[in-house]
Parts: sequence; structure tokens; C-alpha cells
Amino acid sequence: MKTRGKVKGIIANLVTIEVDGPVSQNEICYIDLDGTKLMAEVIKVTGKNVFVQVYESTRGLKVDHEAEFQGHMLEVALGPGILSSNYDGLQNNLETMKGVFLTRGEHTEPLDLDKLWKFTPMAKPGDRVIAADWLGEVLEGWLSHKIMVPFAFKGEYTVKTIAPAGEYKVTDTLAVVTGEEGQEHTITMMQKWPVKVAITAYNDKPRPFRIMETGVRTIDTFNPIAEGGTGFIPGPFGCGKTVLQHAISKQADADVIIIAACGERANEVVETFTEFPELIDPRTGRKLMERTTIICNTSNMPVAAREASVYTAMTIGEYYRSMGHKVLLLADSTSRWAQALREMSNRMEELPGADAFPMDLPAIISSFYARAGIVNLNNGNTGSVTFIGTVSPAGGNLKEPVTESTKKAARCFYALSQNRADKKRYPAVDPIDSYSKYLEYPEIIEDLQKRISPDWVEKVLKGKNIALRGKEAYDQINILGDDGVPIDYHTRYWKSELLDFIILQQDAYDKIDQSTPLERQKMMYELVIDICNTDFEFDGFEECGNFYKKLINIMRQMNYSEYKSTEFNNYLEQLNKEIGHGK
Amino acid sequence: MASKAFQKIYTKLEAISKATISLRAGGVANEELASVAGRLAQVVKIKGDLVTLQVFEGTDGIATNAEVVFFGEPPALNVSEELAGRFFNSYGQPIDNRPPVEGERRYIGGPSVNPYRRKQPSELIPTGIAGIDLNNTLVSGQKIPFFADPDQPYNQVMAQVALKADVDKIILGGMGLTNDDYLYFKQMFENAGALNKIISFVNTTEQPPVERLLIPDMALTAAEYFAVDKNEKVLVLLTDMTLYADALSIVSNRMDQIPSKDSMPGSLYSDLAKIYEKAVQLPTGGSITIIAVTTLSGGDITHAIPDNTGYITEGQLFLRTDTDTGKVIVDPFRSLSRLKQLVIGKKTREDHNYVMNAAVRLYADAANAKTKLENGFDLSDYDMRCLDYAKAYSNRLLAIDVNINITEMLDTAWELFKKYFTKEELSIKAEILDKYWKTA
Repeated sequence: MKTRGKVKGIIANLVTIEVDGPVSQNEICYIDLDGTKLMAEVIKVTGKNVFVQVYESTRGLKVDHEAEFQGHMLEVALGPGILSSNYDGLQNNLETMKGVFLTRGEHTEPLDLDKLWKFTPMAKPGDRVIAADWLGEVLEGWLSHKIMVPFAFKGEYTVKTIAPAGEYKVTDTLAVVTGEEGQEHTITMMQKWPVKVAITAYNDKPRPFRIMETGVRTIDTFNPIAEGGTGFIPGPFGCGKTVLQHAISKQADADVIIIAACGERANEVVETFTEFPELIDPRTGRKLMERTTIICNTSNMPVAAREASVYTAMTIGEYYRSMGHKVLLLADSTSRWAQALREMSNRMEELPGADAFPMDLPAIISSFYARAGIVNLNNGNTGSVTFIGTVSPAGGNLKEPVTESTKKAARCFYALSQNRADKKRYPAVDPIDSYSKYLEYPEIIEDLQKRISPDWVEKVLKGKNIALRGKEAYDQINILGDDGVPIDYHTRYWKSELLDFIILQQDAYDKIDQSTPLERQKMMYELVIDICNTDFEFDGFEECGNFYKKLINIMRQMNYSEYKSTEFNNYLEQLNKEIGHGK
Repeated sequence: MASKAFQKIYTKLEAISKATISLRAGGVANEELASVAGRLAQVVKIKGDLVTLQVFEGTDGIATNAEVVFFGEPPALNVSEELAGRFFNSYGQPIDNRPPVEGERRYIGGPSVNPYRRKQPSELIPTGIAGIDLNNTLVSGQKIPFFADPDQPYNQVMAQVALKADVDKIILGGMGLTNDDYLYFKQMFENAGALNKIISFVNTTEQPPVERLLIPDMALTAAEYFAVDKNEKVLVLLTDMTLYADALSIVSNRMDQIPSKDSMPGSLYSDLAKIYEKAVQLPTGGSITIIAVTTLSGGDITHAIPDNTGYITEGQLFLRTDTDTGKVIVDPFRSLSRLKQLVIGKKTREDHNYVMNAAVRLYADAANAKTKLENGFDLSDYDMRCLDYAKAYSNRLLAIDVNINITEMLDTAWELFKKYFTKEELSIKAEILDKYWKTA
């Protein structure tokens, strides 16, 4: 029998309920407000009093309203149909909701229960299987969606029957398996999983060993992210966090993209809703939307569900990883999630940590980032969840708790700089402060050597040095004046400008420049490094500046031209001529 | 807010603080309104039968035996076409000596629009101010604040923008407006002959600060009525949101909440987002655009109020006095309209994006040159040209008293480019450069 209770206290969305039976931490309950069911989660228990955070507005709630506990934590439904769906943080399908406004207490099915899927079995009767083993597949768009032994199954099972190839609904029985003690279980396309628990039904989690191409030069060339790696993008508002994340989501070499719009602007999500169904993925030739799921809890949607939204997104990511897919998970912004934690902690009158955030914030962040990774599945395939989160530091100060905690957890750091954004140098990723720990991984170095060129990493480090020396020279020039420094300082500064304008800056709104494949990145980067390695003679600093400005102008035109088109080659020729003049 | 017959009257208060009172009462709903000794109050906390109410006017002079009557509903506004042309206080009661508005009673602070039911904003709102139209183009359904120091003419600029904008209704939400500013708005609207499309909700500095917490929700409930029910284009003006946030911090302080940065409540981000996110473009053609004012202290945008605002709004318009020209300009570095990419080059001429970027980049070079000059260094020929350009750019385009259309702005920019720079120095895509350089 379900535990029931009655409302005893209300402060905003924190509600106290007196219960008549057992409850567990994080258990879900529904509070009945005159027929409207408000979903809530247990966050603290003291004696008979249970504190729950309500996922919706508590307006009109009264003492003695009844609550019913569900006996499980917040779960998501996993099955075909997730891709190209748009969910709220609790996995309600936003598309099937009625009305212009989000109605309180309206819950919609995450999966289409009537749709027929074309199933092909992969296992046969007699096969020995464990959790997450593949029993069959259906085609979800163009992606092979594996039907797996539910993750909650413990121990070994024997396949008793398996459905023949054909069309089935998500709730139809596709297989019957027998446990070690002879008990039978039926398996459908759908399974449920609690979002706050990591799915660990895989063999092992090695160190990331290959990079994930994003088409963004400042990432791929300068600070590559590994497949199954973690990264974060902190930056003050207006520095282009969201534009950068959108660029990554459009271009990244991934099978599945999950976007968690967590406490950010609704219009940004609308942009994705509007653009993705139109955009084509250059790798597969399919619509981008077909590989994308949006978990949307914008800033005006209930705060408590904000926290749930990132977990919902991660769980869906882990689900597709178990099928052997490359998943890229983007969360914008994890600061909003942290703020949601702060609001609750504050209402519960917990002793606050730094900036009034809860004390366990670093632990919560790091255990979340730890759920990403590349894994070897039990059947020998690999799957991965690559996670990139944005952080919105208060006042642009990177010393605040969310940024600091994230820095400890994530391996790539893409610091957006206000200074660069003010100068409209986009993406505003600071070339000096940012880093990718993966550049130090021997596995990744080997991958880069094989995929790009044997001396690639050396060249990347050289480029970083050019950026750093350029900055130093620039500071000196500013202190001592153009005439007060040797020409060499100007040369150094202009080399870093060349690198900045041609490689680091990228026009996210230009059809061609917005995405650069690795081959093209290699060509342009080596061109820049070659120029930087060449010594030119100048009579004065103005001549030096003019010379590099000319090169920058030509190479920018190259970036805007179709790769290796006549136009592109003409600019290349022009460039070589200028370089010849300079020598 | 007429009281109904047979209402229970409570007369025993358990506790009184500066902004709240507590009493024992049963069957009370969260966020319900009540009257405490004739003053409006709202339920903010319930613990068993102990109910805490926030008294908007403050609790000065309230006695422990004051009469408390619960209304059984949260704050509401009567909506109908009759709202047009009217002036109201924070509670939605008329302050223009005319009878109350008849219409459908709607609770304020209602639910959010389903993001999937929104449409991508795509309609340009021209203002005639080049610092906005050229560099930070506004789009219907957008939410954007002016960041300004208290001495800058933000209310005047906002009124100018509102009257120039092509919209069906303008809704003013005035929070802590000085009486002078209130009368200024009223007069501006009257002179423009636009009074019949304007609705005002005003809390002046003469009224209790906590009352102003109701203003944005009142204004936006009216806005939603016209945008959603009537498919109209609505522009909402909110001034000054800093004073709104101050009122929030007063309340949270009285409620013993732990303050976070700058003594603001930890929920400031969500509180502000709930207001700003009401900006919407609906597929049926209706829209709500919000232009707000956030006053800064000494230009500090890292303070919690502008900082949280910046993360919520789709850009910000930064007003600054340009010392070189003595004019108030829209600062091109710190201002941003995030939605401009949806209209520039699409609803405006193809060269818009390139011109905008080049103009700002050269202005940045001028700023560097200026630093050099101040540090006593020799300036190069390029530096000198940049400085001259900056002055002209500031005078002819950035200043808020400029009033021309966007094509004229673009032509002006090309004229300046040609006057001060070479083609190479612009670093603009060749195709565009060749086409417009000739005619400039």
C-alpha cells in the first residue's frame, strides 16, 4: 500500500508533509490540490514530517491537502522515440501538451505508445544475457536503437523466447527471459530508470583515447576535447557561451546530441526548435533534429525541475551510450542548476557554504561530471557520453564556487573572456587561460599523430607559445610605446594576431567559416605556423603591422571561401606572393 | 477588492515584524490575499495553523488585535479592452478618477508559455536610434534592459523608443518612479496622442516600496491579455528593475532568509527570470516585448542585480556619456542585442552585419589609440585616423539624439569608412566591400 500524508507547512515550493508510513529519500509524491496533481520530491525527513520540493507552483495549496507517495525516485522512460522529442525537465513531452501555457499538473507521456517500430531480433532463445545486453534493434530515424535487457536486472538470464522481426509498439512484449532461479521476466522496448543513479551496466571505463571533432577551430586545434571527455565553458553574459554551444551542437561528430537547456532563455531553445529541423548534418545527410533531444527547463519554468533536467539529460545520454553510440551532452547552464540547489538549501535553513551555496556543491558537481566517459560494453563495442557544460559565473568572476568546483571536475576549460568579447573576437575563448588536459594524454597524442600529422601536438604547443609571447609583447608595447620597443616585439605581437584572426576567431554566422573540418584546420594552421616560423625584414613597426594586416586580410578571405575552390586557391596564390615580397 | 459576506474575521495576531504579520488561521491557501487592518497582504508562509502574511504597505501602527480577512484568491486583475488608456496603482485599482475596469478576473503571475508553443522572434522594431538599430537591433518578443547610471536620461530614451515603435499597446510598469518622472511619462504619452494605446501601472516613490513587487506581474497580466487573447503586439516598459530587486531583498530579509551576493535573495535569478521570460512571440502574431531599466551604481555591472539581469535578458543597452563629444551614446562595446542576428541582413540590407562589426572594431582601435595618447606615446597615422573616425562615429551614429532609418545609418557608416580608412583596413568580405565601397 502506498504511503499517504497531509500538507502541514508551505514556504514557496518547500512543503512539509506529515506521513502515515515509510518514505524514502528522493521518493516522488503527488500532492492533490483540488484535483490537480503536483509532483514533488522528498528532500529531507525528520520523524513523521517529510520535506518535499514541489516541481510546480504551490499557489493555492492549503494545510491538510493530501499527498500520495509513489514508492520510486524520479524516473525517466527509456525507449525508441526519445530522439527528436522535446521534453521538460521531468520528461513530459512538450509537443503533446495542450494550450499555449504550461498548465500545472499536466503530465504527458514521454514516448509515443501507439507508434509501431520495426523490430529485428539480435538474440535467440537459449542465449545467456545480462543487463544492457542487446536483444534486438529498431530503427529510430537512421539510428540503430538497441532493445536491451533492462539495466535494473541483476545476474544472468537465459532468453526463453524472442519476438520475430515485425512491427511492435513500445509496450509489446519482445522477449521473455528466465532468471537463475527460474523466474520469468517479460521485456518490452521501454524501461524506466531513476535519473539520479548512474547506469553502470558496462564492462569498464577506459581513459578517453580519441578526440571528438567539433568543427570549432579554437577547440579542435588548440584545446581538443576527447570523445567521452568533459569540458566546461565559463563566461560572463554576452561573451557567446550559447552561440558556442550551439555551434558545437550543430557540427560535432556525434550520433546523438542531447541539449539540456537548464534555467536559460526560452528564445534560445526556440532557436533550436526552429533551426534544427531545417539543418542537415553534413556527415549523415540527415536532419539535425533526428539525432537531437532537447530537455528544456527554461528560467521561468519551476526551479526544482531545473535540477532534475540535467539528470534526466544525463540518464538519456547513458542509455544511448549503452547502445554503442557517441553521445554529446550539452548543459546550459550548470550555474542555474547550482542556484536551484541554493534556493532549496536556503529554504531548508541549512548552514550555507560560500556565496550561500550548499556545502556539498563540489561533490554534487563532480559526481555528475563523473557520469560522462567512454565505455567498453559487455559485447566489446564502445559507447561514449561527452559532456560540455556552461557556467555563468556571477559578475564574471571565475573565483566563484560553481566555476571552482567545476574546474576540479572537468578536463577541458574554455574560458570566455570579456575583453575578447568586447573586441568582438568570437568565439571569445581565451587562448592563454584555456586548456585541455587531453593534450597531455599519451593516448590522445597518439590519436592526433595518426589522424592529423606526426608533429601536430608540437605545433599546437608552439601556437600556444606564440599566443602567450604575443600577449607579453603587446603589454610591453602598451607600456613603452610603439617606438620604445624593438621591432621584434611588433613581429611577435603581429604573429599572435595572425594566429588569432585566422585560427582562433571564427564567424559562427558565415555559412562556410562556421564549421571547419579537421583536414582544413590542419592546412590553415600549418600555413599560419609556417608564416610564424619565417623571418621577415621590416624597416619600421608600421611596415611590420601593414604586412601582417595584409596577410590577415587574405587569409580571412580564404576562411570565407569554399575549401580548395578556385577562389580559395587564388587567395592562396596571392598569399604566397605577399609572403615572397616580405622575405 | 470588495469583501464578501460571511467571511471569517480574525483579530488576534501572534507576531508582527516590519513587513509581515503572523496569526493562527485555518483553511488558508498559499499566496492568497488578505486585508490586515484595511491594508493588503499576501500569504507567504504556512506552518500548521500559523500563517505569515506580507503586508505590502508595511506594518507601521498595526495592532495585535487588527482585523484580518482572507479573500480566498491570489492577486488578480480584471482584463478587457477597457484597460486601454487607463492608469492603475500596484493593486490594479484605478488612479485616474475613473470607474474600475469590468472584465474577466485573472490571477497575476500566471503560468509560463510552453516553449514549444513559442515562435522564433523575427520582426524588427526600429527606433531611429543608430546605437540601437545599427549595432543592437531590437526584435519583437525580445527582453532587453537599459543599463544606466541614475543621472542618465534613461526614462526619456525609453519613452522615445516606445513612441517610435510600431506596436498596438504600450504598457508602463513604473516602480519607484519619482512623481516627476510619472508625470513626464503621462505628458509624453498625451502629447504623442497615444494615450488610448497606453496602460500604466505605477508605484511612485511616495508609496511603500514592497507594493511595487506587484507591478511587473500586473503589467504582464495585462500584456498577456492583449498578446494572447487579442493577438496584439505589446511593448512593456519596466522602470526601474533595480528598485524592484531592492524590494525583494527587503522582504527576504524580513523573512530571515540567508542573503547571497550583494545582500540579494538567493532566488533573485528566478524571480527576475519569471518576469522577463514573459516576453514572447506567439505563432498567432501576438507578442510581448519588454524594455526595462536597471540602474547601476557607478557603472558596476558585476553587482548582483545587473549581473543576474544580464544572464536573463537578451542583451543590454548601455548608456554612457562620451567625453569626446559630450553626448549620451549607446556604448557599442558593452551593449548587445542577442536577437539581432535574426533580423540583420535579413530584414535589413545585406551589408548590415559586416558594417556593424567593422565599425565597432575600428572604434575599439580608436580606444586603444586613445590609451596610447593618454600614456604620452606617439600616435601612428592609423591611430590618428581612428581617433578622427571615433569622433564622427560617436556624433553621427552612436548618439541617442540621432534619428534616421537603418539604410541611412549604413550609408553613413560607409561614408565614414571611406573618409578615414583604406579598403584593407576594413577587413570585410570582398564581395560586400567591392559593392558598397564604390557608392559610398
